[in-house]
Amino acid sequence: MTKSNFTRRGVMKTGAVAGAGLAAPTIFTSATWAQGFTNEPTGDTVTLGFNVPQSGPYADEGADELRAFELAVEHLNGGGDGGMMQTFSSNALEGTGILGKRVEFVTGDTQTKSDAARASARSMIEKDGAVMISGGSSSGVAVAVQALCQEAGIIFMAGLTHANDTTGKDKKANGFRHFFNSYMSGAALAPILAAQYGSDRNAYYLTADYNWGYTTEQAVKESTEAMGWNTVNTVLTPLTQTDFSSYIAPVLQSDADVLVLVHYGGNMVNSLTNAVQFGLRERQANGKNFEIVVPLYSELMARGAGENIAGILGSQNWDWKLENQLGAKYSGTNAFVQSFGQKYGFPPSQAAHTCYVQTLLYADAVQRAGSFNPCAVDEALSGYEFDGLGNGPTLYRADDHQCFKDVVVVRGKENPENEFDLVEIVEVTPTEQVTYAPDHPQFAGGSLGSCNPGV
Amino acid sequence: MEAIILQVLNGLDKGSAYALIALGLTLIFGTLGVVNFAHGALFMLGAFCAVTFSRLLQVSHTVVDETRTDFLGNPLEVQVPYIYDIFGETVGAGIIDFAVPLSILMAIPVMILIGVSMERGLIRHFYKRPHADQILVTFGLAIVLQEIIKYFYGANPIPTPAPDAFIGSFDFGLMLGFDAGSIVYPYWRLIYFLFAAVVIAGVFAFLQFTTFGMVVRAGMADRETVTLLGIDIDKRFTIMFGIAAAVAGLAGVMYTPITSPNYHMGMDFLVISFVVVVVGGMGSLPGAVLAGFLLGIIEAFASMPEVLDLLPGINQIIIYLVAIIVLLTRPRGLMGRKGVMED
Repeated sequence: MTKSNFTRRGVMKTGAVAGAGLAAPTIFTSATWAQGFTNEPTGDTVTLGFNVPQSGPYADEGADELRAFELAVEHLNGGGDGGMMQTFSSNALEGTGILGKRVEFVTGDTQTKSDAARASARSMIEKDGAVMISGGSSSGVAVAVQALCQEAGIIFMAGLTHANDTTGKDKKANGFRHFFNSYMSGAALAPILAAQYGSDRNAYYLTADYNWGYTTEQAVKESTEAMGWNTVNTVLTPLTQTDFSSYIAPVLQSDADVLVLVHYGGNMVNSLTNAVQFGLRERQANGKNFEIVVPLYSELMARGAGENIAGILGSQNWDWKLENQLGAKYSGTNAFVQSFGQKYGFPPSQAAHTCYVQTLLYADAVQRAGSFNPCAVDEALSGYEFDGLGNGPTLYRADDHQCFKDVVVVRGKENPENEFDLVEIVEVTPTEQVTYAPDHPQFAGGSLGSCNPGV
Repeated sequence: MEAIILQVLNGLDKGSAYALIALGLTLIFGTLGVVNFAHGALFMLGAFCAVTFSRLLQVSHTVVDETRTDFLGNPLEVQVPYIYDIFGETVGAGIIDFAVPLSILMAIPVMILIGVSMERGLIRHFYKRPHADQILVTFGLAIVLQEIIKYFYGANPIPTPAPDAFIGSFDFGLMLGFDAGSIVYPYWRLIYFLFAAVVIAGVFAFLQFTTFGMVVRAGMADRETVTLLGIDIDKRFTIMFGIAAAVAGLAGVMYTPITSPNYHMGMDFLVISFVVVVVGGMGSLPGAVLAGFLLGIIEAFASMPEVLDLLPGINQIIIYLVAIIVLLTRPRGLMGRKGVMED
């Protein structure tokens, strides 16, 4: 006969403790919670979490981001040719992993849905022990995952997210954005639009009806109006819209001589195709050639739009031809294109570039700080100035964790030589012209707060 | 006035797509009694027939051009389509240019085959099951089909332009006595509307004036009696499923220059097409066509800035609003028959 040690009081105590444990969010009960910060790596490996759209409308962008992450991990672990680690102004990374720990990674599928992205990020943090989350191809997803990482005590290195809010009203101390934003697009584009098309223009906006659309419309509108342009009308279009003909038709009846398509991805491909079909490219209005502008470009979108993209102006965070065309200021570009191109057979997109750079920047910050602690990373990255990662001299501003660097203004190429040669660089707008005060009205509200190590 | 004419024209081409899809849906519902939620996927498959045909025409061999370099600085590998070798560059380029209309030749047999396989392989097992089961299985099939397309073709839209000869716009403004350029309408959209009209007329003529069509109509009216007369009505209905698939496929093929095809385009049209069928009247072919054009035009008007200023967001709900009003005032839809879906 065995003797039971259970007592009524003991069972109640155990039950109360277990109940409290189950009721609390599991993220705060992680085994690593007691070790100083969430998911502190204890073995000889460290796990990074790459949260990219592997299904849904931006799956192709996600696939390119994932390629870049894999390449970055390979380089961090000493594989391949080292890519941008050879040109990076910091020499902290030695190809021996991060702080001597071999880098491993897990991936999640954001599906370009905020809830799915949060669920996959949470899973990577709780189940896989990811110490950093990166990736994404949508501002809605970036803002949602950034907030989760802040709560969890994890660093979030944002991927492709362009809305002002990511480092504006929704900024977080644990979140960092390398990609440029709507304000910068407006500030970079406006002078070139005025130079190319004149300062007496009437613009008509078709804007995607969500957060990114609003901030980009506002940014381009304010910047162009400051240059003398007049805004004729702004019309919101549903995200699910595929045929924009009924939105394009009123443009013909208006006084507009410029159409600004604040659309991204499939929306932009379809709206631009429709606009070209309705003869807007050949149209004369107010005695001038009618022009179309797409504030945010991507190579994958340009491929989708085909020959319709020819001659259309827009802005990019980076372009794979930068160093070849504009010289050594943009060093790192060729090293990355070489590594990526040899591994995958085609040049990298700007989404791939920003994800690769973010991974290196995180690893470098940990290396310099000598710790994976998010607060140590925060301190190492905030106000950090670096070079050699393809964009020229860059600052990670401490006030909002936004990178400040040159912005590339591009135009769809008239006669592309191959499927990768779809855009040409028109001009690079220097950092000073796209820099704004941390309290600029377009970024008003919210606060960075303080870093959360998860304890 | 110009704005109104332009929106009517806009409504006509979108209405054409709605009408063609709804026509196929009604044919399947009227013959087999199946609510086919995979019909949007058939529209999408038709569009990808055009993409596939275009790619087949461009199957190439590699020629290394030592005078040029690729992005890595290696000698450029130029892709030369085999069709250039066969017909010469000028004729070959011309054939590739006309890939979309020519792909109809491939789309018709392919879509009939897909339709018949779908019906024989899966849907026939659900004839005696409740409509909810039919909806679930066909919706599941639609998701499977779109994921297959995404796997092979990617998630991004694929540009499939109209032939160069049809790029540009027709100036209705000049023709109707308005200012030049005030009412311009793309050639391809006019072609799409005319094409839809021909297909719709063809389907109606087939049902009205052929023996096959007469038997099918008899089967739709009284399946049991037709079977008792010794006619294998099931076989004919299977063929009608194939024809309905081909109609949806053709609608998709010709739509590719209007909206670059992507794996999700079928779902975008599916829900609206069902609303079209319900508004037109379940089982009514003329009702489906009428409602298709009607809702297309109403949707176009709801997207006008003047309307949006007055009623923000109305463009996103107008079709459902019209459906509610029609169903409240005419519960069987515009041209619905008594007894359909009322048991």
